[in-house]
Amino acid sequence: MSKYTEDDLKIELETKEYEYGFYTELESDTFPIGLNEDIVRAISLRKEEPQWMTDWRIDAFRAWQEMIEPEWANVHYTKPDFQAISYYSAPKAVDPNKTLDDVDPELLEMYKKLGISVDEQKMMNNVAMDIVVDSVSVATTFKKTLGEKGIIFMSISEAIKEHPELVRKYLGTVVPQKDNFYAALNSAVFSDGSFCYIPKGVRCPMELSTYFRINQAGTGQFERTLLIADEGSYVSYLEGCTAPSRDENQLHAAVVELIALDNAEIKYSTVQNWYPGNKEGKGGVFNFVTKRGICEKNAKISWTQVETGSAVTWKYPSVILKGDNSVGEFYSIAVTNNFQQADTGTKMIHLGKNTKSTIISKGISAGQSQNSYRGLVRISPNADNARNFSQCDSLLMGNNCGAHTFPYIESKNPSAKIEHEATTSKIGEDQVFYCNQRGIPTEKAIALIVNGFSKDVLNKLPMEFAVEAQKLLEISLEGSVG
Amino acid sequence: MLSIKNLHASIGDKEILKGINLEVKAGEIHAIMGPNGAGKSTLASIIAGNENYEVTEGAISLDGEDLSELAPEERAHKGVFLSFQYPVEIPGVSVTNFIRTAINETRKANGQEEMHANEMLKVIREKSELLEIDRKFLSRSLNEGFSGGEKKRNEIFQMAMLEPKLAILDETDSGLDIDALRIVANGVNKLKSDKNAIVVITHYQRLLDYIVPDFVHVLLNGKIVKSGDASLALELEEKGYDWIKQEQEA
Repeated sequence: MSKYTEDDLKIELETKEYEYGFYTELESDTFPIGLNEDIVRAISLRKEEPQWMTDWRIDAFRAWQEMIEPEWANVHYTKPDFQAISYYSAPKAVDPNKTLDDVDPELLEMYKKLGISVDEQKMMNNVAMDIVVDSVSVATTFKKTLGEKGIIFMSISEAIKEHPELVRKYLGTVVPQKDNFYAALNSAVFSDGSFCYIPKGVRCPMELSTYFRINQAGTGQFERTLLIADEGSYVSYLEGCTAPSRDENQLHAAVVELIALDNAEIKYSTVQNWYPGNKEGKGGVFNFVTKRGICEKNAKISWTQVETGSAVTWKYPSVILKGDNSVGEFYSIAVTNNFQQADTGTKMIHLGKNTKSTIISKGISAGQSQNSYRGLVRISPNADNARNFSQCDSLLMGNNCGAHTFPYIESKNPSAKIEHEATTSKIGEDQVFYCNQRGIPTEKAIALIVNGFSKDVLNKLPMEFAVEAQKLLEISLEGSVG
Repeated sequence: MLSIKNLHASIGDKEILKGINLEVKAGEIHAIMGPNGAGKSTLASIIAGNENYEVTEGAISLDGEDLSELAPEERAHKGVFLSFQYPVEIPGVSVTNFIRTAINETRKANGQEEMHANEMLKVIREKSELLEIDRKFLSRSLNEGFSGGEKKRNEIFQMAMLEPKLAILDETDSGLDIDALRIVANGVNKLKSDKNAIVVITHYQRLLDYIVPDFVHVLLNGKIVKSGDASLALELEEKGYDWIKQEQEA
């Protein structure tokens, strides 16, 4: 990766508001707006799904109809009109079996704008990549290399056709169809996403990566990710997201399920940069996501997330520590600026003995934004010697933003050890002046201070992601110091 | 090099500096002494460009160039360095990372290329030896959990790295035990040349035993009321500031 200099940053800061706000003219096959059983069936039909899958969706849809949108989060927004959204939009003429050479040149151009030239990714970063635009997975690279190890990495639509036994066995086992309002909606209408299976004892030789993008206006994106690490295997998975700048709010309601069988380890990293809305708070993506993993014996799941985008975020990547000696980790940086709102955190559910969880959350608020950490640590009666360490730090910039912490602890086992630390600080004028005095201009000083604040989490990201994440932090906070 | 003419400055409605005149030439060491609240630290902050103070009258120039319109970082790029009385903590940013950023930003502003990593490491090694700084210290977060002495030593380390034209040492001796004081003073003396100048702000004579000033100025109630050579500091030590106050009133 070529070196990113301060000059590049300066130019970026001067020229851009939201870098990924372009819209690509792609001929799309978009469903009419609205949602009913027929639409759900039509999605399933369009994707040539087997009957069990269609039934599964219909179950979810019926449950969803009975549910109400949750209101307990510390966010305020006009609820989406679910009948005003199109639930399926696909760039036309996508053949899942074709190679990259066949990909629509406009799509490739879009990848370039995203800074993720597919070839480059392949060559330099050793990253296998699945790219989901609007609803359909358009390119999965490196499939062959992975195939030799028995690793399955493909879009979930393909997986439903090619590996129905695996999908059927695990889909909905961690996040059931009726888990919550958005998960139910996703279960009914999910149009694509990624599927990954690592066989027993295999250490995945490269980072697996999915890039999501909402392109078409008036569409929602409902992707579904299912990742299974069989016994003793290891995988590191990356996920990135962008969307064009639009005045209306776009809905993103994803579900991610991770299954770590005995002795397996999953590292799941996300850089979320959906369009946050403009400076007045108009537009932006509603990001209502359910992410959860389950650990069997001695297994480990680490969630790392850098959340800089979206107008409203509602997201709690969680781990169910079912097996004895299993480990759950959650490392998060959430940045809100202007009128963004984020309510994000994690749940660590300790069921097995000697289970361990770590939560490090760094919230950075600027502008008029509101940033909440919400976390639950639950120790069940059988979870002897469970341990949790939580640290929630908030950094405030300016006087008009808010940071909130809602830690919930439920311990039903007297042997549990739970530690919680929380700090709130403000970037001080004295810190900025100190940097200035050493020749460091204010923008750079802020970046330095914020990166220092976030370091514990940035360190957990894979190298090439960490660079991008640092850049994003700097850009997201541009002009936020008054 | 540094020329201050009839400088008046206030914070809010309160006038703190009431007409300071000071000329510092290259190769000189000046000491500014005075009791608490006399305006010593304010003067240092204003030279560095702290915008919390308003300059109401007068001018500060460096090598003939007016500094008044320059931002703090621009003054730094021109070679103004302030060793802070209370250095701030920046968690998660190592001493090395901080100084590398400072050096490269300064070089960039002056149209130079970034310092090569190898050279940077070499310079860091030299300068940390000069100040008897343990290498482990350099990977710690800037000033976080540092003792008073470590903070001050770190300030002088940064001065050594940045090689400023004009260094203002604001109460660098406070918080230092006698050994640390000797190390820091030694470092400063080694950095001294006929091309740069140092202004030492202190209210004790102690530091001046090690860093011997060419001139001593007494700052009282926002004005320099007396100037002399190193012997003035000794006289102050003996008689206290009341002596000057009485002399003023007389």
